[in-house]
Amino acid sequence: MTIGSPKVRVPTTPVKKGEMVNVKTMIQHPMESGLRKDKESGETVPAHFIVSVKAVYNGKPVLDAVWTGAVSKNPYLGFTLRAEKTGPVEVTWKDDKGQEFKASETITVA
Amino acid sequence: MENKDFLVVNRRGFFRSAGVAGVAVAMGTVMTGVPKTAAADINALIAEQVGQGNITMDKVVVDTPDKAENGAMVRIPVVVNHPMEPNNYIEKVAVFVDDNPKPFVASYTFFPESGKVDIEFRLKMAKTSTVRVVAKNNTGALFGFSKKIEVAEGGCSG
Repeated sequence: MTIGSPKVRVPTTPVKKGEMVNVKTMIQHPMESGLRKDKESGETVPAHFIVSVKAVYNGKPVLDAVWTGAVSKNPYLGFTLRAEKTGPVEVTWKDDKGQEFKASETITVA
Repeated sequence: MENKDFLVVNRRGFFRSAGVAGVAVAMGTVMTGVPKTAAADINALIAEQVGQGNITMDKVVVDTPDKAENGAMVRIPVVVNHPMEPNNYIEKVAVFVDDNPKPFVASYTFFPESGKVDIEFRLKMAKTSTVRVVAKNNTGALFGFSKKIEVAEGGCSG
């Protein structure tokens, strides 16, 4: 299956300083827990899942997630941050094979 | 409510979800095959993530339906009604599904700059289970939420 296509969504129009802003993130990933058996072969599907997600806004961390194989595939993560000044929200996903994915979008503060 | 009550809720939820075990109890027989993730173990997992202490069943809100059609994708929105100021903020939120093979699902670390704890993600549930969310503030105080979610079709790979 497809892996990658990390996406970050922030408001497309300028926001006010101090406003709570919704950030939506999505990535294509199988999130195999290592506990699932393949229906046809009966063999255990090896683990392959995202272990961490980090979000940084204007260079400061705003959210650090630790994930296990119990997070759904193609994981969506939405969170909120307080807009301070115009700057990027940078999100980094890492999986258990050491693969890293990054996406970034800029929040514009009017 | 304190930790003790948290446990009681857990046990009740467990009996309700484990139909066969429930019958065994009703007949006064000894239960066998109690899942490893019964009360004591869940509390150990919670302590591992957020430390030990009384969990106040307050401030954490998870607005999720009682029933999930698809255990492979159960929507979990978490809001914690707590200030997010430099000296008074929620540091960590951890999520557990009691009856998953591995109950610890995810943890989220926050910062005063986060502004508000308001997140949403999706998790897998192997079967009907209690879902727990525990939040820790920067002084180590714990706040919790728990709810049984019925699963129509298991996510099989939790």
